[in-house]
Amino acid sequence: MSYVRDVGALARKDLLLELRARDTLPAMLLFVAAVFVIFHFALPGTPSRLETTGFLWVAILFTALLGLGRAFVPEREQRTFDGLVLAPCDRSAIWLAKSLATLTFLVAAEVVALPLYALFFHPIHGAMVAAVLLADVGICGVGTFLGAMAVVTRARDLLLPLLFLPLAMPIVVGAVGASVSASPGRYLGFLALYDLLFALVCWATFEYVVAE
Amino acid sequence: MRRIPLPALAVSSLVLVATALVFVFYVAPNDQTLGFSQRIFYFHVSLAFTAYACFIGGAWNAFRHLWKRDPRADLESYVCVHQGLIFGAMVLLTGSIWAKISWGRWWVWSEDELVLFLVLYLFYCAYFMLRFSVDPGPQRANLSAVYALFGVILIPVSFAAIRLAKEFLHPRVFTLHGPNFGGWILVTYCIAQAAMLVLAYTLYRLELGGKRLDARLRDLREALA
Repeated sequence: MSYVRDVGALARKDLLLELRARDTLPAMLLFVAAVFVIFHFALPGTPSRLETTGFLWVAILFTALLGLGRAFVPEREQRTFDGLVLAPCDRSAIWLAKSLATLTFLVAAEVVALPLYALFFHPIHGAMVAAVLLADVGICGVGTFLGAMAVVTRARDLLLPLLFLPLAMPIVVGAVGASVSASPGRYLGFLALYDLLFALVCWATFEYVVAE
Repeated sequence: MRRIPLPALAVSSLVLVATALVFVFYVAPNDQTLGFSQRIFYFHVSLAFTAYACFIGGAWNAFRHLWKRDPRADLESYVCVHQGLIFGAMVLLTGSIWAKISWGRWWVWSEDELVLFLVLYLFYCAYFMLRFSVDPGPQRANLSAVYALFGVILIPVSFAAIRLAKEFLHPRVFTLHGPNFGGWILVTYCIAQAAMLVLAYTLYRLELGGKRLDARLRDLREALA
C-alpha cells in the first residue's frame, strides 16, 4: 500500500508543479492546433478520412514528444533526481508517477485536440477515442522511461525522439488501424498488449536506469 | 566457444563463405518462378537470421550484465549489437537489390521483413547515439543494457504490428522464399547460413578482442602516468 502512496505523492508533486508553472500544457495545446493547420497546407487536394486520421496520430505523437521532453526538466534543473533515488521508495514508483502525470497532461491536451480535429477535418467515433486512450498509456509509459534515460545523457532533448520513435511504431499501427478499420477490436487488443508488455518491462527495469 | 582460437575461426569462415558462394552460384538449381535472381535470397535470409541472432545475443549479454553483474558482459553486449547492425545493413542492402529486381523499385513497403529490419535498424542506431552520449562507466553500461533488452522485445511486437498494418496500408503481395525448399536448395541454404553465422562470430571475437586490448592499454597508460 505504501507503494501506491509513494506513486500518489510523486504524481501529485508533478501535477502541482504544472498547475503552478502552467508551461507544458498550454504549449502542447497550441502545438496541436498549429500542427493541424500545417497539415492542412501540407497535403495538396482534399484529404480523405484515411489521410486525416494519419494526421491526427502524427500530431498526437509529436505533441506527446513535446510534453515528454519537458517531463524530467524539473528534476534536472533543480537536481532533485538524486533526492528521488535516495528516497526510501521503490525506484519504479518514480517512473509510474511520472508516467501518470504525463498521461494526465496528454489526455488534457487531447480533450482539446480531438474536438479540434473533428472541427477541422472529420468526425471522430468511439473506436478512435478508445484507441487514443490506449495509445496514450503506451506513449506515456515508454516515453517517460526513455525520457529518464535521455536526461542523463549529454544529448538530452536530441536523443528522446530518436529513442522513442522506433518504439512508437507499433502504437501508431494499432491506433491508426483501430481508427480506420472496420473491425477495430484486433487493433485495440494489440494496443492493450503493447501497453501491458512494455509497462511490465519498464516497471521491472527502471531501477537500472536510475541506479549506478 | 571462447576457447576456439581466432585464427581457426577466421580460416573456417573463409572456407565456409567460399563454399557458400560456390554452392549458391553453381550448385543450387534455378528457381522456377524467379530465376537466377532468387539466389540472393540465400544470403538475404541467412544474413537476416544472423542479424537477429546478434541482436538476441546482445540482449542476452545485456541481461547478464544487469542480473549477474558480469563485468565482461557490457562490452560483449555492445559488440553483439554492433555486429547485428552491420549485418542488418547488409540485409537492407540485399533486400533492396532483390526488390529492384523483383518489382523495379529500390524499396517496397510490402515486404514485412524489410520493413521490420528498417525499424530495428533505426532502433539500434539510436542505441549507438545513446551509448556515445554518456560517459563511459556503470551508468552507460546500465542504460545500454536496458535499451538492448527493449530492442529484443520490440522484434516480435514490431513484426506483429507490420502484419496488422498490411490490412490498411498495402495489398498483400504474394512472395514466398521458394515453395520447394528441399534438395540442393536446402543444402545451399544451410551452408550459406552456417557461413554467415561463423563469419559473424569471427568478426564479433575480433572486435571484442580489439576493444579489450584497447581497454587494457588505457588502464596500463593510466597506471603508468
